[in-house]
Amino acid sequence: MSEVLERVRKIVIDHLDADPDKVTDKASFIDDLEADSLDIVELVMAFEEEFDIEIPDDSAEHILTVGDAVNYIQEKLSA
Amino acid sequence: MARRVVITGVGLLTPLGHGTEISWKRLLEGKSGAGPITAFDTTDYACSVACEIPTVDGRGGGGPDIEGSFDASKVLSNKERRKVDDFILYAIAAADEALNDANWHPESEEDQTRTGVMIGSGIGGLGVIAETALELKEKGPKRISPFFIPSSLINLASGQVSIRHGLKGPNHSVVTACATGAHAIGDAARLIKYGDADVMVAGGAESAIVPVGIAGFIACRALCTAFNETPEKASRPYDKDRDGFVMGEGAGILVLEEYEHAKARGAKIYAEVLGYGLSGDAYHITAPSEDGDGGFRAMSMALKDAGIKAEEIDYVNSHGTSTMADGIELKAIEKFLGERAATGTVSSTKSAIGHLLGAAGAVEAAFCVLAIRDQIAPPTINLDNPDVETPIDLVPNKAKPMKIDKVMSNSFGFGGTNAALILGKVD
Repeated sequence: MSEVLERVRKIVIDHLDADPDKVTDKASFIDDLEADSLDIVELVMAFEEEFDIEIPDDSAEHILTVGDAVNYIQEKLSA
Repeated sequence: MARRVVITGVGLLTPLGHGTEISWKRLLEGKSGAGPITAFDTTDYACSVACEIPTVDGRGGGGPDIEGSFDASKVLSNKERRKVDDFILYAIAAADEALNDANWHPESEEDQTRTGVMIGSGIGGLGVIAETALELKEKGPKRISPFFIPSSLINLASGQVSIRHGLKGPNHSVVTACATGAHAIGDAARLIKYGDADVMVAGGAESAIVPVGIAGFIACRALCTAFNETPEKASRPYDKDRDGFVMGEGAGILVLEEYEHAKARGAKIYAEVLGYGLSGDAYHITAPSEDGDGGFRAMSMALKDAGIKAEEIDYVNSHGTSTMADGIELKAIEKFLGERAATGTVSSTKSAIGHLLGAAGAVEAAFCVLAIRDQIAPPTINLDNPDVETPIDLVPNKAKPMKIDKVMSNSFGFGGTNAALILGKVD
């Protein structure tokens, strides 16, 4: 868990120029980290690349927080 | 009574530096902004010189301790930076300076809706388009950034500036190759005259010093290839040894404002937009018609629009790209000036900054504004052996202090598109 979280956090911090302290498990991309819908599309692409997985659009729609992303990626990797 | 349009703000990011005053100072000193291309490896490119913007990270002859070096991080955060191609970054930087210079920061709904933007570019996000095409080929369509389209669209320069400053008036953009900057200023002035806006942020931006940009202009035999060892000598309008233009990059932005609006708020007024003319050659995709008729007609229309006489034009900033077309334009200017040609003054500032394509006309109009302010004509550098016979003073190598009340700036583009702007001192 922590390894995926750290890798996700690093991507989020890089892409959103976000304050690392704010990039917590519960942080919402839009409400807490000032992302817009296109930023999230780009983030999801970065997750796909980093973890070598595919995240279909209908799954991506439910990834709203850092924790959502970590959970989704965890599940994918262990499937 | 017709609404008058004046210039109340200037912003420049040029190969001579970031900022209006540093660019102008170096221009008057006869400095060249040219150097070996540092943006990419030019092995196998027939031309390896360009006029790059000096940057704090060492590109284009700049550096952290060199005055006028451009620092992109002072303009946009890394996050925002990734969402725009360089031409938009340059437009934003120059627009920031122009609006600060004009001291115009509209906050009320009324002021915001009466302020518009008209920034053009010749080819927009050429670099990001080329890179994305390669990525598409290598990785497939799923790996394309959602910011690819908004970072490369030409009108996003106007869009980004509008969003950044809350400018809700007309939001428009011009694409007429190397005449873009002049057309943008002329068209924006007309929007003010017509009553669509009271203030317009107008100009052009370009960032085509990228592999496909240089290779493409080499292919159409437009670029200088004979001065790769001595870049600062490469751009030499009217000179015997000229052999093509030198690519430049950057942005020029003017704040245009309705005269009474500017007066009412006590704005500093640099000059007035007196006339604007535009025409088509209907001749060839890249070459001007040999009689220079298209350019001549644009100048004549601008003169008619200004309601003045040709002999009143004290200084002309020519298109003068350092190509064979220089002579054609000069003949057209001679014909246009008539008897005034004998005491006429014309220079090409492309000798110092290269050809900024879609930004050229705007940067050159800004230089004209400063020529009026400081009563001095900038030089045509590298003009060592003129190969044109003309009574006109081409201001070789040294700036020329002189009375300058009215100026004209010419810009011509591929496709046979021509624009002329006439600016004048406001008493």
